[in-house]
Amino acid sequence: MTVLEVSRYRPGIDAEPVFQRYEVPDNDDWAVLDGLNYVKDSVDGTLSFRWSCRMGICGSCGMTVNGEPRLTCGTFLADYDGVVRVEPLHGFPVIRDLVVDIEPFLEKLSSVSPWLIRSGEDPASEFAQTPAQLEAYKQYSMCINCMLCYSACPVYVLDPDFLGPAAIALAQRYNLDSRDEGDRFDVLSTDEGVWGCTFVGECTSACPKHVDPAEAIQRYKLTAAVRSVLPWVRL
Amino acid sequence: MVARGAGDPLGRVVDVLIVGGGAAGLRAAIAVAEAGLECTVLSKVYPMRSHTVSAEGGAAGVIGVGDTLDEHAYDTISGGDWLCDQDAVEMFVREAPRELIQLEHWGCPWSREPDGRVAVRPFGGMRQLRTWFAADKTGFHLLHTLFQTTLKYPQISRLDEWYVTRLLVEDGRIEGVVAIDIKTGETAAVWAKAVILATGGGGKVFPFTTNAAIKTGDGMALAYRAGAPLKDMEFVQYHPTGLPFTGILITEAARAEGGWLVNKDGYRYLQDYDLGVPTDKPKLRSMELGPRDRLSQAFVGELDKGRTVETPYGHVTFLDLRHLGEERIEARIPFVRELCRSYQKLDPVTDLIPVRPVVHYMMGGVHTDIDGATPIAGLYAAGETACVSINGANRLGSNSLPECLVFGARAGLAAAEYAGTAAKPAARAVPDEPLPDGSGSGERIADLRTEMQRTLEDAAGIYRTGDDLEKAVGSLRDLRERAKKAKLDDSSTSFNTERINALELGCMLDIAETIVASALNREESRGAHQRSDFPKRDDEGFLAHSLAHQGPDGSPVVSLLPVTITRWPPGERVYGR
Ligand SMILES: Cc1cc2nc3c(=O)[nH]c(=O)nc-3n(C[C@H](O)[C@H](O)[C@H](O)COP(=O)(O)OP(=O)(O)OC[C@H]3O[C@@H](n4cnc5c(N)ncnc54)[C@H](O)[C@@H]3O)c2cc1C
Ligand code: SF4
Ligand code: FES
Repeated sequence: MTVLEVSRYRPGIDAEPVFQRYEVPDNDDWAVLDGLNYVKDSVDGTLSFRWSCRMGICGSCGMTVNGEPRLTCGTFLADYDGVVRVEPLHGFPVIRDLVVDIEPFLEKLSSVSPWLIRSGEDPASEFAQTPAQLEAYKQYSMCINCMLCYSACPVYVLDPDFLGPAAIALAQRYNLDSRDEGDRFDVLSTDEGVWGCTFVGECTSACPKHVDPAEAIQRYKLTAAVRSVLPWVRL
Repeated sequence: MVARGAGDPLGRVVDVLIVGGGAAGLRAAIAVAEAGLECTVLSKVYPMRSHTVSAEGGAAGVIGVGDTLDEHAYDTISGGDWLCDQDAVEMFVREAPRELIQLEHWGCPWSREPDGRVAVRPFGGMRQLRTWFAADKTGFHLLHTLFQTTLKYPQISRLDEWYVTRLLVEDGRIEGVVAIDIKTGETAAVWAKAVILATGGGGKVFPFTTNAAIKTGDGMALAYRAGAPLKDMEFVQYHPTGLPFTGILITEAARAEGGWLVNKDGYRYLQDYDLGVPTDKPKLRSMELGPRDRLSQAFVGELDKGRTVETPYGHVTFLDLRHLGEERIEARIPFVRELCRSYQKLDPVTDLIPVRPVVHYMMGGVHTDIDGATPIAGLYAAGETACVSINGANRLGSNSLPECLVFGARAGLAAAEYAGTAAKPAARAVPDEPLPDGSGSGERIADLRTEMQRTLEDAAGIYRTGDDLEKAVGSLRDLRERAKKAKLDDSSTSFNTERINALELGCMLDIAETIVASALNREESRGAHQRSDFPKRDDEGFLAHSLAHQGPDGSPVVSLLPVTITRWPPGERVYGR
């Protein structure tokens, strides 16, 4: 048996989060999420958490496991000794149990104009884009919006207005796309934008998809610095 | 009690309401917005969590030199064992390339040729290279591109994490929906001139599936309860290569890149099932690139011959990618490697991948015409939840993402046009339906769900018989009664996911009944529907769609509707020769 120690919070019922222990059978193939589903299905139907794909791609199952932000569908119980403590993602308001409010995160994503900015007519066929041009932004397009990077970021935890790693990486995903004509300078080059980052790099360590948001931020600092002195130059 | 809506006690009123934020729903939303109308996308999960995100292999659309629309149409129609409506297929293959280019213009990171053109790869059942791909995360990139693009349109608003429980239909016309705001637990009416259902498939009615937890067939059940028929529900696609235990999909692209299917002796067994002769390089419409129904049936043949390997999670054969080498695997199917490493603790560069057939896709769905219109005025459906039908008795891989785009856009346009002239429904108090609230004394939701899933697998799996299906009809009816008395632990309001699970179970039970009833009625074998007691295709009796209506006692009543044939009379399905 593995013991899961799960943070519980039901608005209107619990004054503040409390821990509840559940025993789940040992199974080498089980992810933390399978343990939670065992509890939900067989022991306590009141436990609430988000999940869907169970293959590390929908981004909904991020939680704090033994103090670290993890995708629970890709984190295995067998890799832990002793009690496994599961809490909601740190840094976000808790709605209930392991479910956090992601509205502020979505607003940040929307604020960077995450679409192709272009003027003029589109061609009749596709835009040409060489494999090298694709490679230039590809990594930043791999973000699954799981928010683990925010949970790991010491700046965000202190300042919820910080635009944060994933949103900046998303802006760079478009900035570095050969088809895009925008530079998103006004939202990125601010104190709440790239200049808020003190380059700790925790975001990149936490990211399960190797997006490397820390690099995205550092690269834009350079772009923004150059643009401030030479406004007509596009990097 | 009456339904409430945020800010408005009688519920908000919108022009077009789109239920579902996957590829079909988001594409429809952009179409409505570009037609100049306002629309609301309501979804039980945030749009980028929709199951479109997990699609791996690619999206088919004729682009290459030497390929023709007619060939794409023929592959689709023969792949569907002549149950596709050929007018719909012709329209689909014509519009698919345009939609895929549109996605490119919105920023989708399609994989490229060295000169910058979009690259295409082979796919099962296709005799030309026409599958566009974004490495092996096509659905992920497609969905995020669509979602991010919707943010640009002020006409598109969203209700995220809302769950639709009922369609509001008055005199044969749609007037809106009743939905729960999951966060607060409040129920509200959302009134609309037109409603588009884009709620995806329902693979979760089976125990072993590539489908996510949210794929519970809600939209199909909602339409069915409101009086619209469900079409061709007996056609359930098994994908030949799922990882045992998790059911995680190993994309067909792995075989398109040259992967082999081997049995316990390392033998490429497909050659024994009239699928061609083994070649070193992949050959189109042959062996591993045959259609999914035939490959999954071949697995059962190997099982019967004792040439599979038993594991704790069922019998398996193997997918062998080792000869492709690390470089090609990393370049073309990196996600396959990532998934194998994380979830199966093996590396396809050096190890065989154990695989077994896994429930993957519903060919059937809400009956629509080629504009996505259902028989209920103002109600449209698109994507996996709809059945137009371009997929017939067996969908070809990589046809379904473009289907979501083509018919999402068409349904969006048609709904916008309809909403342009329809009168606004008058918001009014509607009776709240009783929600599962924890007062039942019966069984747990999960136990009922497991029993339903087992029932379906036993009776409506890869091979079926009349006797097994008969039995399942009774079991499901019994389960439906037991589900009404289910016991819920949770009677609270905010984020009560157990309540949502109970509602989803109700939807799954309804569509499970239509699957079994339609399968029982179809006394022939065609595509993904194989009856051991009727092993031959019967064009005299069954060159027709099944339509399941909900009867007065709540059980389905099945009738037949002729298939539309334009230019390709029914013929033999030939692969590998
Ligand atoms: C693992 C996997 C790989 C695949 N690979 C490919 C591929 O390579 N190529 C290809 O062409 N196809 C592929 N498919 C099939 C294809 O991905 C799906 O058919 C398609 O994405 C379905 O999209 P959709 O928009 O219809 O539904 P979904 O993306 O499933 O979205 C459904 C939406 O409806 C919402 N919803 C459902 N019920 C309710 C309710 N009651 N209330 C409110 N909202 C609700 C959900 O929240 C969600 O937003 C794959 C499928 C799987 C499972
Ligand atoms: S950058 Fe990485 S950690 Fe952050 S949200 Fe995206 S995928 Fe998650
Ligand atoms: S459940 Fe989708 S990422 Fe974990």
